[in-house]
Amino acid sequence: MKEIFVRLDKCNGCRGCEIACAVEHSATKNLFAAIFESPRPHRRLYVEPFHERGVPILCRQCEDAPCLAACISGAIWRDQARGGVVMQRGERCIGCWTCIMVCPYGVIGRQQNGRRIALKCDLCPDRETPACVAACPTRALVYTEAEAWAKGMRQGAATTIAAAVGR
Amino acid sequence: MTARSICPGTNAVLAVAEREGYATIWDRYQAQLPQCGFGLLGSCCRMCLQGPCRIDPFGEGPQVGNCGASADTIVARNLARMIAGGTAAHSGHAKHLAHTLWKSAHGQASDYPVKDEAKLRGVAARLGIAPDDKETPELAAEVAEMALAEFSERHAPLAWAATTVTKGRVETFLKYGVVPFGIDSAIAEVMHRTTYGVDADPVNVLLGGVKCALADYAGMHMATDLADILFGTPKPVVTKANLGVLKAEAVNVAVHGHNPVLSDVIAQVYHELDEEAKAAGAKEGVNLVGICCTGNEVLMRHGIPPATHSVSQEMAILTGALDAMVVDYQCVMPAVATAAECFHTKIITTLPIAKIPGAVHVDFSEERAREAAKEVIRLGIEAYQRRDPKRVNIPLDAAKPAVAGFSTETIVGALSLVNKEDPLKPLIDNIVNGNLLGVCLFAGCNNVQVTQDQNFMAMAKELAKANVLLLATGCGAGAYARHGMLTPEATDEYAGPGLKAVLTAVGQAAGLGGPLPLILHMGSCVDNTRAADVAVAVANKLGVDLDKLPVVASAPEATTEKAVAIGTWAVAAGLPVHVGIVPPVLGGPTVAKVLTQDVKDLFGGYFIVEADPAVAAGKLVEAIKERRKGLGIG
Repeated sequence: MKEIFVRLDKCNGCRGCEIACAVEHSATKNLFAAIFESPRPHRRLYVEPFHERGVPILCRQCEDAPCLAACISGAIWRDQARGGVVMQRGERCIGCWTCIMVCPYGVIGRQQNGRRIALKCDLCPDRETPACVAACPTRALVYTEAEAWAKGMRQGAATTIAAAVGR
Repeated sequence: MTARSICPGTNAVLAVAEREGYATIWDRYQAQLPQCGFGLLGSCCRMCLQGPCRIDPFGEGPQVGNCGASADTIVARNLARMIAGGTAAHSGHAKHLAHTLWKSAHGQASDYPVKDEAKLRGVAARLGIAPDDKETPELAAEVAEMALAEFSERHAPLAWAATTVTKGRVETFLKYGVVPFGIDSAIAEVMHRTTYGVDADPVNVLLGGVKCALADYAGMHMATDLADILFGTPKPVVTKANLGVLKAEAVNVAVHGHNPVLSDVIAQVYHELDEEAKAAGAKEGVNLVGICCTGNEVLMRHGIPPATHSVSQEMAILTGALDAMVVDYQCVMPAVATAAECFHTKIITTLPIAKIPGAVHVDFSEERAREAAKEVIRLGIEAYQRRDPKRVNIPLDAAKPAVAGFSTETIVGALSLVNKEDPLKPLIDNIVNGNLLGVCLFAGCNNVQVTQDQNFMAMAKELAKANVLLLATGCGAGAYARHGMLTPEATDEYAGPGLKAVLTAVGQAAGLGGPLPLILHMGSCVDNTRAADVAVAVANKLGVDLDKLPVVASAPEATTEKAVAIGTWAVAAGLPVHVGIVPPVLGGPTVAKVLTQDVKDLFGGYFIVEADPAVAAGKLVEAIKERRKGLGIG
């Protein structure tokens, strides 16, 4: 399963990912129309400030997902057909916010106007690459398999270590 | 990915670019996607060092900047600064011409004699300079002094605006406090009122933008007047357009940019170097072609064929047949130098304020105009000898015939052949009797976000069918030239019966033996005031103001800040103005509403933002019909 990984040193805090996310989760999927929609489209990832840097925080699609375990209405479910993406269906949501309470990353949001509905990252089921990843101008967000990401990290570490011992 | 262009010339060369791996503006655009939402909405403020501040368009994040500026304040300020940028460009062009005329009048620029004395005397009379007993240089000096004085802080409204619009417009502009008293001072005022902590009322900022746009109008009118005085008022010319005008057996030199100060002199001298070109092996000598609006300038006055325009400017180089591209300023993409790295083409910059990395610079000044013009052509002849014939791909089939040269004077002159005493009467009669539904001016650029020429072509066909008289300037006119729309044949093919009858009657009277072209090419983008002059004359004759006329304008593929300035003064002049690109204003809901609705109550004009060309044409037809109804001719 491909997931979104973050190269923290690359984020310049432009929030392009947040806008792209909200537009992708709008009815029209068009920026100029989406800003006039009601209910207002909502981002599902968040660029949090830390000192002078932006830190994109987004759903990790946990295996033992606290939000899924805590959802008493069956609104949150796991899409096995898409490799286990943790999904949320608004029609079942009762707006109790238990999922918000238990998510360790704080990445479950609320619909701003209209009915009380929890909203979370669904890895953009209509797209090959999630909208946030496609929107990132510095490629800080990477959509890949966990093993591919780890391999890249290992190669980076290997380069550093090899250089340190003069190889 | 949507199609990049519907221009046969562009597409033929793009196929080569794809095969050979040359990157063009369309590739760079793909790399930019998706573009920043804050930028697209205009809700990012970078005007102080505490920023940048961005307003969340979805209402969750910040709704004001650090200083408390709202989305509307930020959007209005950004828009006003775009207008100031456009005004600075147009009026910089005009100022350049004013200095040239001054030098000409004082014997410092012998290559620039006054070519159109009647125009000089007409402009002087309009400005209130008594011409009767003055010699040409004395009068030219006075007009030049008056032009230069327009830029600084005057004690009276700009003469080039006040003397060229209707009395009703002057009153409206005074009423809303938007009369500019100096071109440079209007630009500076926008910069002042939009800087940190000055004008925060979005509507007031927009009115500041309107004031600056009227200064833009004045600068543009001046540019056209002075260019006509120095280089002649355009008369009808017949030529060919599109990349097929490049010649395999000639030294191909393109002039690119905007100002005729340089390009007109090149057009005057290039044949003097034919023998040198032939000696270098080019059997057909020197072939001069135009790109963008300086191309329109030399097309209008010399019939120099336009090769291409706007987004496809790199294509001229990628034909492998262009030996030199001589540029002045505005709309010259730095990418032309990158494209030229793959070929033998010399890119030559000529003005101290506009240099490009990778180009050679030949200093151009009025004092040594002809000498500099020959120098750049010789660089082309030199480069020609390094041209690789195996890499030449000229899309010869793409060359289309084109008729241009429709200055205000040409149009009125043609009408006077129908009615000598009252030239405007045939035009007005045909609008009243419904043969002509109204008039639409197509202006502006191509834009990489739109399939090149698609909106221009679709809208012109719709409006022609609806019997709307079509005028065009700038790269819009260029688009129509490249597609064969500036021809009598296009009139036969696309004009509705009423429009066809009128164009045929005028064409017959003018001795053409057939109709006028479907679309009348009125000049470069700086020449939009030529169309305004026709509208003002009609309004004055009818005794109504401009905001009552069935006249509309459209920039269906707009790109530049100059287009924003033009669109704004056209709205202030009272016209419904269509824009086919969503401008960066939607982040400010009040601003968007003012521009598309509320402004109508102030000036009569308003913006119509519509990306679909068929829908846009329908909206323009409706706007024209609404005005016909207002005049009681509905």
